[in-house]
Amino acid sequence: MKILGRVTVILCGLLLLVYVGEFPDFADPQSPASTHVSPYYIQNALEDTAVPNLVTAILADYRGYDTMFEATVIFTAGLACFFLMRLPKKEERVVFYRHRATGVTLRIDDCGAVPKDTQAFHRIDSQWVPRDLIIRSTTRLLIPFVQIYALYVLAHGHHSPGGGFQAGVVLGASIILLAISQDLRSAISKIKEKTLGILSSLGVLIYAGTGFLCLLLGESFLDYGALASLLGTDRVMARSHGILIVEVGVAMAVMSVLIWIYYNLSSAGKQDEGL
Amino acid sequence: MIWQLDLIILVLVIVCAIAAINVKDLLSAAILLSAYSFMLCLLWAVMGAVDVAFTEATVGAGVSTVFCVAAVFHTTRRTKD
Repeated sequence: MKILGRVTVILCGLLLLVYVGEFPDFADPQSPASTHVSPYYIQNALEDTAVPNLVTAILADYRGYDTMFEATVIFTAGLACFFLMRLPKKEERVVFYRHRATGVTLRIDDCGAVPKDTQAFHRIDSQWVPRDLIIRSTTRLLIPFVQIYALYVLAHGHHSPGGGFQAGVVLGASIILLAISQDLRSAISKIKEKTLGILSSLGVLIYAGTGFLCLLLGESFLDYGALASLLGTDRVMARSHGILIVEVGVAMAVMSVLIWIYYNLSSAGKQDEGL
Repeated sequence: MIWQLDLIILVLVIVCAIAAINVKDLLSAAILLSAYSFMLCLLWAVMGAVDVAFTEATVGAGVSTVFCVAAVFHTTRRTKD
């Protein structure tokens, strides 16, 4: 099996090397991409879409169809992780509680729990260690700023590097940071799994829905110029706003899928206690 | 583009990549992969592809490392092969 794998890897590598030789040279002005595709974008993107960041204009407007399926791929990855890893709640689970004042640990078998209204006990993981004050206060201070920065990256993607994908990853990372620094349950109490599922599909729906809205208004799929009458602006600004709308969709999908994958991965599908 | 800087980063990328597949400790492999992603991110930034560098820094060096560590947490730390 090991030899077979090695042979496959070497064969694929050789094939790749052979066909890379067929590619146009690096920065070749005669290559098909540089003769008519790139010059059009470089010359017309600002007039067409009013977006100074060329990458955002190409990603979300000219090549919006590709980006829509990119968002779909991420959504599918989240679903795949869910179907592979998620386990139903077990009946005979063991939970641990810690008495706040004395530090005495209770082990409760058979799905039992302490009364809900008591504040004297709190639930702990089976591999619980005392929480570090420095880590807790640092992350508590950091997380709001990380989230504000993510919103800035999302909203300012037209003018600076960034956009929906990066903003979604940073937003997701802020919740993952919360789950690592506190525990998984406190993160789940902030954003539930059901919310994540709804948000991720809603993000993809916003993207595809914008495309279908353009289709309903009598233009091509994802041609945001059609939204001009709805948004009350001219066609150029409508394309700029259309980019922002789909970027919001991408950010929602990416954020929720990343958190969802982390929930399933860190708790091995139980979503009870984890990393 | 400063070619000395480029050379150092390229060498570090290759060293990190080779180390990540050869090291026995899975947690170290995850961290080495994160270092690899970060070096690649620097390389994109030097080439002027800032959007790609941003994505590489957030996804490659950030979140995927957390996923790898979370996966290692549920297996043994040392590989058999």
